[in-house]
Amino acid sequence: MDFFFLQVQAQNSAENYFPIVIQILFAIGLLTLMIFGSDLLGPKRKTADKLQNFESGIEIKGNARQPIAIKYFLVAILFVLFDVEVIFFYPYAINFRALKWEGFLAVVLFVSSFLAGFIYIFKKGALKWEE
Amino acid sequence: MNTQIIFILLSLMAIGSAVMMLASKNPVKSILWLIVVFFAISGHYILLNAQFLAVVNIIVYAGAIMVLFLFVVMLMNLNAETEPVKNYRLQFIGVISGGSLLLILLTFLMRTPVAQPVQMKVGESGLIGKLGMTLFQNYVLPFEISSVLFLSAMVGAVIIGKRN
Repeated sequence: MDFFFLQVQAQNSAENYFPIVIQILFAIGLLTLMIFGSDLLGPKRKTADKLQNFESGIEIKGNARQPIAIKYFLVAILFVLFDVEVIFFYPYAINFRALKWEGFLAVVLFVSSFLAGFIYIFKKGALKWEE
Repeated sequence: MNTQIIFILLSLMAIGSAVMMLASKNPVKSILWLIVVFFAISGHYILLNAQFLAVVNIIVYAGAIMVLFLFVVMLMNLNAETEPVKNYRLQFIGVISGGSLLLILLTFLMRTPVAQPVQMKVGESGLIGKLGMTLFQNYVLPFEISSVLFLSAMVGAVIIGKRN
């Protein structure tokens, strides 16, 4: 167990990201191949009905450029804040053992402030969708 | 040599998609091009051995901030009828201010001495382990204070978002 962990830490350089690059390139390549391949090989009948936006069989009413409710934006902002919180766990998780109890206390203090914020959000009903 | 090729490819990707972001008329497409820019910049960070920055750039900027941008676009009224008429005086002012910014950037670029563009495996401060040790040992207090900042941001967002 420990052996593998040490091995990962020992060889941490930019070259280790090469497999990730290959994976990203493969994903992009496969997707473009599938999307453009189906576009090239598939049958196409461009009638007015076919080119309409598909809305589950319901007839189109108005247009899609309606301003959305502010609720979505509030949820997105709160998501960003908690996302940044998780980012701080990442360097902590790598040094979990080396930092001992002091590091743990620092993180607990950090998280408790976030927890207070989370309780505040819940009490205010910011995540409640229907009023 | 290999690194230089990767560097040039990433730079071309970053600049090309940044130009596409500015040039595309559809704001949603602009955001998608900006995501490509962020990925290219993350590649640069990895080349500079700043792996933590690369990961944060992908997760926070390409992931979360772009969602915010998309929501901002959706919050606006983007119908063709309500589009403001193009103001040529405003465009003229924009060209002048953008041009002067370019001038400043160019002067500073000329002054910087030619260095190695990419230095692989140089510097360890950007590695996640080293960064974590520094953050949790030398900079614990700023780290805790940042949590207060997050708390205030949360309260501010809830107060502005929930008016009633």
